[in-house]
Amino acid sequence: MIEIIDVHKNFGELEVLKGVNLSVKRGETIVIIGRSGCGKSVLLKHLIGILTPDSGKLLFNGVNISQMKENELVEHRKKFGMLFQAAALFDSLSVKENVAFGLREHMDLSEEEIDRITSKKLSLVGLYAVEGKKPAELSGGMRKRVGLARAFAMDPAIILYDEPTTGLDPITSDVINELIVKIKKELHVTSFAVTHDMKSAYKIADRIAMLYDGKIIESGTPEEIQNTSNPIVRQFIAGNSKGPITEKNL
Amino acid sequence: MKIKADVFIIIGSKIVKLLKQLGEATLMLVDTIWCMFTSPPRRDIIITQMKEIGVMSLPVVLLTGMFTGMVLAVQSYYQLYQLSMETSIGILVGLSMTNELGPVLTGLMVAGRVGASMAAELGTMKVTEQIDALETLATSPIKYLVVPRFIACVLLVPILTVYSIFIGIVGGYIIGVKLMGINATFFIKNMLDYTDNFDLANGIIKAFFFAIIVAITGCYKGFSASGGAEGVGKVTTQAVVVACISILISDFFLSIILF
Repeated sequence: MIEIIDVHKNFGELEVLKGVNLSVKRGETIVIIGRSGCGKSVLLKHLIGILTPDSGKLLFNGVNISQMKENELVEHRKKFGMLFQAAALFDSLSVKENVAFGLREHMDLSEEEIDRITSKKLSLVGLYAVEGKKPAELSGGMRKRVGLARAFAMDPAIILYDEPTTGLDPITSDVINELIVKIKKELHVTSFAVTHDMKSAYKIADRIAMLYDGKIIESGTPEEIQNTSNPIVRQFIAGNSKGPITEKNL
Repeated sequence: MKIKADVFIIIGSKIVKLLKQLGEATLMLVDTIWCMFTSPPRRDIIITQMKEIGVMSLPVVLLTGMFTGMVLAVQSYYQLYQLSMETSIGILVGLSMTNELGPVLTGLMVAGRVGASMAAELGTMKVTEQIDALETLATSPIKYLVVPRFIACVLLVPILTVYSIFIGIVGGYIIGVKLMGINATFFIKNMLDYTDNFDLANGIIKAFFFAIIVAITGCYKGFSASGGAEGVGKVTTQAVVVACISILISDFFLSIILF
């Protein structure tokens, strides 16, 4: 479904992606792990066409995303939903208006239909009677859940998760993880998540890939990753301050 | 020698940066005009912006216009009295308000109030990834955020200017006629003899260009915000400063072209 072929991306003199290769199958949940600032979110933004690679290809169902024209990109983005690290809800809009945003902009639906869909999506993430509230009135966990409801409001084929559990307490993190698994089961979506929360990665992933030094250095099922012999991956998943990652940075 | 070279490098890089920003802002203007006709935003979004930009700016614009007209009348009375030409206050207030002070002061007030608010709001949206979120929802940020603000500015700043001109003349009338004792007929007749529709049109044309400057500067600066609260503060200040300077510079050139 998605193929990332030798993608390079620089920001000024900073080389962030140095030849990323990865493929994602339909219905699969892939989780990219890696240290903060290693380029995980940058990779995610390439998939939805917010960023374009300096070289390499990103294919979605065989079509190169970076060569799409503006109107093709709009259609491409309608197939995606994205949950942002800090939810990125629109401050000036209510919860209902946030969830209904895509429906209003792209679908010709009546107000009653929009109300029905937003209530259904919000109840799927466990939120009730919050439609009229503003994002500032919600807790971090609730904001993430509203962000999640907004991400799948238009029934996308793929959902992108950018650090879905960052900044949340362990219990709320687990609630979000459960929701991601539930959404995958109920909506049969392909999921592409980036995180450095290993507990979350093990829980939601069908496959985990580690991004290090601008490249995917290891990819496998959660069990394979847990039993890997790669010292870099081992240091990262164990969360050790000593090892090849920190030695290189010193 | 090294210091000289460094100075040239610094000046050169500043000029390149300025030209780059000017180019990007011009492209944003072109995109905005294109989007305005090809895929206009929903009417309710435009109306919200019109309320924010037009209605909410009205008190400050009226207050500025009123006191400017009054100060103009007081100052010119003392000067013209010495030449026994105090009945010409109406001409001076009328011409100054329609051609210069009405549009320029309205432009500056709107730049301060609306330009700053646009840059701060869009800057906050940029640093909190709300603009990225718009794109992921297959919505153009230009269409959803810039076009409504642009339309509201371009439609309402000229109207605000007309209000400012009118209230400024009323202020001048109150001071000249009621306080300084000039004959009301002389005040009005002199003003109408020397101030015509062409002067009013000048003011409105200028206001139209100032509206474009305020909208594009505010939106462009907001979109270029980075780095959190500090970055938002910086672009907000820059938006106001750049818009005010651009209004004053363009006023000079527009005055040459329009007269």
